[in-house]
Amino acid sequence: MLRVENITQVFGGITALREVSFSVAKGEIKGVIGPNGAGKTTLFNIITGIYRQTSGQVFLADKKITQLPPERLARRGMVRTFQNVELFGRMTVLENVMIGLHTKSRSGILSSALKLPGVNREERRIRTKALECLEFAGIADHASETAENLPFGKCRLLEIARALALEPEIILLDEPAAGLNARETADLGQLIQRIRTTGVTVVLVEHDMELVMDICDSIMVLNLGEKLAEGTPREIQENQKVITAYLGEG
Amino acid sequence: MGTERQVLLKYLLFSVAVLVMPVVFAGGYLLNVLVFVGINTMLALALNLLLGYAGQISLGQAAFFGLGAYISGVATATYGMNPWTALVLAACIVGLIAFAIGFPILKLKGHYLAMATLGFGIIIYIFFNETIDLTGGPSGLSGIPYFSVGEFQFDSDTKNYYLIWGFALLMILFSVNLVNSRIGRALRAINDSEVAARVMGVNARLLKVQVFALSAVFSSIAGSLYAHTMTFISPASFGFNFSVELLTMVVIGGLGTVYGSFLGAALLTLLPEFLRTLQDYDIVFYGLLLVLMTMYLPGGLVRIPALLLPYLAKFKAGRQENA
Repeated sequence: MLRVENITQVFGGITALREVSFSVAKGEIKGVIGPNGAGKTTLFNIITGIYRQTSGQVFLADKKITQLPPERLARRGMVRTFQNVELFGRMTVLENVMIGLHTKSRSGILSSALKLPGVNREERRIRTKALECLEFAGIADHASETAENLPFGKCRLLEIARALALEPEIILLDEPAAGLNARETADLGQLIQRIRTTGVTVVLVEHDMELVMDICDSIMVLNLGEKLAEGTPREIQENQKVITAYLGEG
Repeated sequence: MGTERQVLLKYLLFSVAVLVMPVVFAGGYLLNVLVFVGINTMLALALNLLLGYAGQISLGQAAFFGLGAYISGVATATYGMNPWTALVLAACIVGLIAFAIGFPILKLKGHYLAMATLGFGIIIYIFFNETIDLTGGPSGLSGIPYFSVGEFQFDSDTKNYYLIWGFALLMILFSVNLVNSRIGRALRAINDSEVAARVMGVNARLLKVQVFALSAVFSSIAGSLYAHTMTFISPASFGFNFSVELLTMVVIGGLGTVYGSFLGAALLTLLPEFLRTLQDYDIVFYGLLLVLMTMYLPGGLVRIPALLLPYLAKFKAGRQENA
């Protein structure tokens, strides 16, 4: 599904990522873990077209997507969420998800301004679909609230619901459990597994080890910008290099 | 926002109010001022689409207004073109100019975008002043014909009122439709988080340029209408001060609201008529107004009804208790 080849990223004189390669199979949940500053978010920003890497290639379904801007990636079925939650704060919860359906609709400036036939029908279709996504994420009862008034836990869910509205092939979640309590994290884990059952591939950057070990099919470990290990949760837990990176020399 | 019916009802009420004004103020001086309210409404609305919805500032709106006026003026007064054709020609040219400069300058954000649009405004202003053979320079361009349809000429305040407000109402309808559509939603999304909007597949760069061009076209049409109702134009009307005045109208009326554009335009066009006694000190009054508005009414004039509602409800409840 997703293949990353030899990604290197240099900021000024600092190498944030060095020759990182990995691949994600269709329908799996892939975890990317590593200590703070390992380069996880940088890797995400490169894959999703927000940064331009120094070198290396990214392929989606065997097609090269290196350095395509995010809006093009969205049309190819790749979507992401953000570590610091990037919602449209002054819009309602429902409108946030309706933006997720932007690529599934086509009225332009002129047809919208003139309210040509079809514009209303398209609006109704988007609205219905957006409500379905909110129900899937379990926050449909907040539909008409302004997004910035939502409790933090629900913001995370809304961001995922909005991403799912795109009907993506692959979704990249950047620390979705950060700031959530145990119960919210458990709900999130279930939601991510439900996403997988709809056939969507999931890549997950996360610090919450319990969540990662629980739901991921395979895990890649980054440390100081380099790939340290890759394998099943069990293999990673028993890997001596990983233990050293996290806990230091014993 | 409200439901679709409320949106339509509001528009119809507004239109009726606009249409009966000349009957109320028949032939008076105020009607002449209301013609300018119409022009300024179009200009404030144009800026509001860009600033209030898409969140992109422009300090060069007066330049698009001026370009519309001068292209119309020169094409008709010097080259004898029909005013209607000139209006369309001006709108096309100005739209293309905005599209061309939009791609490079809308990459900029915040203060840098403000500076770039400011620079554009000043260049155009200098152009109006210096190309004396073409524009008449600082002494202005006169002899611009009125609009006419066959024998009928738009040569009185009442006729021009209906002409200008006809255009203004059309632009308001366009804008109401636009902001309540998929495109309006995408614009507000760009305003809140451009990166998230892009991740959701919104082509932010193109959309910003399109709205910039639309805003320029609205301003150009307002400029043509202005030229053909005044029949005389000079660069002084299209300087930096006017760009700032438009910005003030939008902020005072209410950012991101269609009718706020009208309220801001109406207030800032009518006030000078009542403040003539202050003479040059009126600028102090404007400054004070802007400071107080941003402090106590950051949502703009359009928020006043919503703010009064709780008090009204309390007042009603109190009366019922007493009864």
